[in-house]
Amino acid sequence: MEQRGVAKWLPWVSAPVMLVLLVIVWSLVVSVFGISEFVLPPPSAVAASLGELLVDPATWGHVQVTVTEVLSGFAIALVLGVLGGVVLGRIAWLEVAMRPALVAFQVVPKVALIPIFVIWFGFGLTSKVIMAAILAFFPILLNVLLGVRSVDRGHRDVMRGLGATRWSTFRNLELPSTLPYVFAGMEVAIVFSVIGAIVGEYLGGNEGLGFLVVSSLNALDAPALFAVIVLLAAVGSVLFFAVNLAKRLVIPWHESVSEKEFA
Amino acid sequence: MTEHLLRAARSEAELPQGYDEPATPADTLTPELELAGVDKVYSSRRGTTEALRGIDLRVAAGEFVALVGRSGCGKTTLLRILAGLLPPTGGEVRAGGRPVWRGGRRDEETVSRFGLVFQEPNLFPWFTIEDNVALPLKLRGVDRATRRARAHELCDLVGLGGFEKSLPRELSGGMRQRAAIARALSCDPSVLLMDEPFGALDALTRDRMNLELQSIASTTGATVVFVTHSIPEAVFLADRVVLLSPRPGRIHSVVDVDLARPRELEIDVEPAFRETVRALRTALDEEA
Repeated sequence: MEQRGVAKWLPWVSAPVMLVLLVIVWSLVVSVFGISEFVLPPPSAVAASLGELLVDPATWGHVQVTVTEVLSGFAIALVLGVLGGVVLGRIAWLEVAMRPALVAFQVVPKVALIPIFVIWFGFGLTSKVIMAAILAFFPILLNVLLGVRSVDRGHRDVMRGLGATRWSTFRNLELPSTLPYVFAGMEVAIVFSVIGAIVGEYLGGNEGLGFLVVSSLNALDAPALFAVIVLLAAVGSVLFFAVNLAKRLVIPWHESVSEKEFA
Repeated sequence: MTEHLLRAARSEAELPQGYDEPATPADTLTPELELAGVDKVYSSRRGTTEALRGIDLRVAAGEFVALVGRSGCGKTTLLRILAGLLPPTGGEVRAGGRPVWRGGRRDEETVSRFGLVFQEPNLFPWFTIEDNVALPLKLRGVDRATRRARAHELCDLVGLGGFEKSLPRELSGGMRQRAAIARALSCDPSVLLMDEPFGALDALTRDRMNLELQSIASTTGATVVFVTHSIPEAVFLADRVVLLSPRPGRIHSVVDVDLARPRELEIDVEPAFRETVRALRTALDEEA
């Protein structure tokens, strides 16, 4: 019980402490070694640049574009990943038949496909949404596939023993026991969606945080570059914690939700 | 505890209609459960394994029968066939005079009179204890209020009063198994089929569970088939102990236990108890 309490508050203390330490070490390194601002700007310069970014309404337009791409891609991946995972999880021969294609598609470095999407769909949102969706699709598909297969045999016996219908077996057993896998996939997928959208923006277009990174680089404005990356990290964190919060609300009974104890 | 039992017994009369057991003829010649020449052969790519051969067994209504044998002697297979979880490859299984299996499909109405308890509690981690206990009622479309009331009664009956809103992971192994028993009782089964339900519990908890199972069986008047590999446990609980011998599983012998009820834990020092245990041990040894 004592330890559980520690596990609850410790991250809230350790995270700010580590952040402060990072900033101190960073400033020291910059001043002691006299590193050029272009290579590593001091935290103060980055903070000033970040301040400018945050008050600029244009920045929020870029945030909105990136978030839209990420969420659209994620939503598409969620729907297709869950459907595909359920179908392949249920129909064993289909999964075996599809396996070579799945492996082939998984080993292809998918970000390498972006130029093709640019050719097909142009420099607008579509190519980025597709990239985000493709990156997010596999973690969801594979987790759902595993989840559908992992329904406990003892639990199945209970439902069979009770003469449960297919629907009530799905409703009371298969759905709740697969949900933790869906959320595990979603937590990976939301991070991958951000990667997909940002890399897409690096390559083409004139909107989004990825574009802002590239334009700061072209302007040789290192503090702005660092500031955009900080902003990106913040956006990514918010999205991740939103998924995490959804998980806590939907499956509060699952072990991954209860406070972790120290082993 | 006694008070709980009385309350549960009393409320039996007030149960809503819809899940009373179907009226069986007061014909004592029809056994509650009947296995006639039951065979089970498992076929796999590597060949066939004969798990059960020619099992004949009749269990009277209200009787408590224990199936005993070494690991791998087919006790669990036999119980799963009885429960309608596994089709036999030969022979006939009847409950209340009706066949459990009809042309490879089981008869849901017959099976609905069974309550099953497994080695593992198999509670659903996403449901509270109350919802787990009332799951069989939910599947039968019983309304929420009735389900809740019934779950409370049953939690009291198995000594889980006050834990209705807990999640399974918050309970100890013994408490989870009590909840599993309560779930099995929730539809007022006329037959309780239990597969080593206390195998995973420590000796002290196991003793207490045995005492409670005895009173539950007498309160509900259910027919019980109880699989165990513990001879003393079988003798303590059962009216009749059926000894299975392995490969293929056959009935080696059947021993009547003539001990008055209710039995106390101290019964294990009585000569009649020890004599029955000894006889079963000898039989088990000679079979090996």
